[in-house]
Amino acid sequence: MSLQSAPAGPPLDPEGPPARIAVITRIVPETPDSSTYWARFRVGEGEGYSFEPGQFNMLYLFGIGEVAISISSDPSHPQLLGHTVRSVGRVTNAFRNLRPGDEIGIRGPFGRPWPLDSARGGDLVVVAGGVGICPVRPAIEYAMRHREQFRRLVLLMGAREPSLFPYKEELEKWVAQMRRIGVELHLTVDQADADWKYDEGVVTTLFPKANLEPDRTTAFICGPEIMMWFAARGLLEVGVPPQRVHVSLERHMQCGVKLCGHCQMGPKFVCQDGPVFRWDEVGELLEVREL
Amino acid sequence: MRERAKPRVAVFKMASCDGCQLQLLDAEEALLELAGAIDIVNFAEASSHIEPGPYDVTLVEGSVSTPELEEQVKQIRDQSRVLITIGACATSGGVQALRNLADTEAFVRTVYPTPAYVKTLERSHPISDFVKVDYELTGCPIDRGELLGALSALLAGSAPRLSTSPVCVECKRRGYVCVVVARGEPCLGPVTRTGCGALCPAFGRGCYGCFGPSQPPNTEALAKRFIALGLTPKQAADKFRFITGWAPAFREAADRLERGPRSAKEGATP
Amino acid sequence: MRFLDHQGFERLLATLADDGYELVGPTVRDGAIVLDRIEGADDLPRGVGEEQGPGSYRLTSRGDGRYFAWAHGPDSAKRFLFPARELLARMRREGGAFAVETAPDERPIAFVGLRSCDLHAVAVQDRVFMHADPGYRRRREAAVFVGVDCAEPGATCFCASMGTGPRCTEGFDVALTELEGGFVVQAATPTGEALLARIETREATEAEVEAVAETERTAVAAMGRQMDEWDMPALLYRNRLHPRWKEVASRCLACGNCTSVCPTCFCHDIVDGVSLSGDVATRTREWASCFSEEYSWAAGAVVRASRESRYRQWLTHKFASWIDQFGTSGCVGCGRCITWCPVGIDVTEEVAAIRATDGEVEVVTS
Repeated sequence: MSLQSAPAGPPLDPEGPPARIAVITRIVPETPDSSTYWARFRVGEGEGYSFEPGQFNMLYLFGIGEVAISISSDPSHPQLLGHTVRSVGRVTNAFRNLRPGDEIGIRGPFGRPWPLDSARGGDLVVVAGGVGICPVRPAIEYAMRHREQFRRLVLLMGAREPSLFPYKEELEKWVAQMRRIGVELHLTVDQADADWKYDEGVVTTLFPKANLEPDRTTAFICGPEIMMWFAARGLLEVGVPPQRVHVSLERHMQCGVKLCGHCQMGPKFVCQDGPVFRWDEVGELLEVREL
Repeated sequence: MRERAKPRVAVFKMASCDGCQLQLLDAEEALLELAGAIDIVNFAEASSHIEPGPYDVTLVEGSVSTPELEEQVKQIRDQSRVLITIGACATSGGVQALRNLADTEAFVRTVYPTPAYVKTLERSHPISDFVKVDYELTGCPIDRGELLGALSALLAGSAPRLSTSPVCVECKRRGYVCVVVARGEPCLGPVTRTGCGALCPAFGRGCYGCFGPSQPPNTEALAKRFIALGLTPKQAADKFRFITGWAPAFREAADRLERGPRSAKEGATP
Repeated sequence: MRFLDHQGFERLLATLADDGYELVGPTVRDGAIVLDRIEGADDLPRGVGEEQGPGSYRLTSRGDGRYFAWAHGPDSAKRFLFPARELLARMRREGGAFAVETAPDERPIAFVGLRSCDLHAVAVQDRVFMHADPGYRRRREAAVFVGVDCAEPGATCFCASMGTGPRCTEGFDVALTELEGGFVVQAATPTGEALLARIETREATEAEVEAVAETERTAVAAMGRQMDEWDMPALLYRNRLHPRWKEVASRCLACGNCTSVCPTCFCHDIVDGVSLSGDVATRTREWASCFSEEYSWAAGAVVRASRESRYRQWLTHKFASWIDQFGTSGCVGCGRCITWCPVGIDVTEEVAAIRATDGEVEVVTS
């Protein structure tokens, strides 16, 4: 698949075709239904492109459509982007046809990032479930690279079963680095198998083990909505203030620029007001079913 | 761009009128492009040149109403990578499914001099009653644009985009005046899947539901409206019992109306 | 104020057409007064009236020479400034160039006969689209608005209670009040003034000026409905679990007609398509409705699967969260959602019902 890029000129319609084209360089299967698509901007296409951890791009497959996917790669190398795509719908299923050398359109980045600034100087606690690790991975990469900016760095990660962890290679790497750079990493699965050598139980069962210090903690939570709800409540219970509990939400997005309306949750447009929200902004909204 | 292999496409019919297949032949200006994009290797209506399976994409028109067709559709499934059923007959049993409400044997005895020669199933079935169907294009007949859109999407490597919204959404996009509101005309548009381009309201008549039920539709509320417009419960039931009357949502709506007002309240919020 | 006789009015429309504007105004089609491209005053619904009610709309014959003695049909300026289906781009894979088809040359639009509710609706959509949508902005900035005071509000209208009518107070270049034999006319912008300067008008008499005020008083008194906006958005936010949502959902068809006729509803789908050959892709934008199940489809599941959640989303967005998002209510009180709802659901009644039992919470039995 190959695309042509838009000509230079007046700014394009924000909902129009993607302005930048990137070439798939590598596809890494992560879980049974998701893969990470690594893509590098075509020469000249990535000019001026940068992103912050927690932001997303609209990825375009020629003639098929666009999907909002969080950026999972290292923000210090914005010319090489990793997006982990779970095949759940029409467009995301079509990603399975991509091969290295194919081209995708990129529109973005969009959305409010993880507030790394507000975590600096204190403890950064990341709670992630399953492919919820993907949107928070750039924040983890950043924190590991700038380890000195944070007091404790605590990663609490869960999945239903071992095969549902993405980034198995990276997890091994992080485990190896743990001692050296002082990362407290706890892994758990709801259902362990014979080879599993870490914890068993839902991710909130890791909280007591992590020995969190609530008045120093800033938490980034990402995973299924129900898991985020329990994790946030768990953190509030041990005394983390709601303003320092952050979640990344997922809603249907077609434009990324607060125009199409689909991503609304109460008064919030998840695409621009989020996807990262403070708990005091959305906790109440998440209590209402089907909002 | 990677070279795209031309997919082998087959078109079959079961119990049907051929109108849906004709949408493919009637594709006029798209025919050349179509011929460039796919190889139609088995299409009895169009050509006597027939190649055996397997097929990449198979379109099947018509309902399953005899034991032979049941057997045939299973064989077709085995030969097909992607199976798309096309039209009201294939997706909901068609207008001939009206016989599902009556005594089939009595029909056979009345119509045929030697009933023993007639082998028929008790009912006219949608194809999905017997085999796994990948995509359903509804309508009587199907919409040509939707068919070509579905084929284009499959060729590009994605599932077709088939909206489940009701006809009203498209009717309003096109700026047609609502026949229910402005003329008191009973219209199934609010409970019928879009895809036709709101064809009937465009000509000032009510939708008769040939694209089948939309997203889980509120047939009860619409039935109440029909009765308020002056239809008897029987007339209202007949609106639902038409071309796609065997589709579960429409069947239940008609059953509810025919069972009478007491039962019609079932499921409604007190 | 000036007075414009019928001849002058025809001249006004002709002048706009001569200046290259596409005239968009009310005209009768298929049993309703729709908004469409018109040639001139002859296409207007002269002597036509309407009767509106929940789920019902009928034209009547007035037997007089009035052009604007009706409230409004199903269409608003939305259909023209934010088209129901708009090709955003056509992309071709070809050589080294990304061939994007340019937008066709559009003629600027002169809207004729918009009511105050619809002029306010344009202002509401401006807050949504102007900053980010070049197509909307282009059409909007090029347009001229000839407003007409509403003299015959419908039974489903409630603009007076929303503070958006019936008299034109903003958003127009020229505004008319229809009287016997002509119009009292005023200009509000340099464009409007320049336009009027080229047409023969005379000073309006004292009686005519008084008739303008009387037209407004009569219209306010004839307003069929009202909406109590007090305590919005809090009222709806604290009643998200009110049992009324389930009750209205038993009547609601989820057909989306209310969102389509609403002059401010802006939700849309971005639809990508591809040619059979795979060489040409299109991107189209089309009206979508929050009443559709597929609207809230996300990551393999539907967020708002029940009808009550979709009705709640629409009503709460329109009257409450819109205020948080855009600093204004999303409702201008035109009442189209009541008239054009096939089952006649009445937003004023729904809000009143919730208000009357404020704080009632759905009892979950399962």
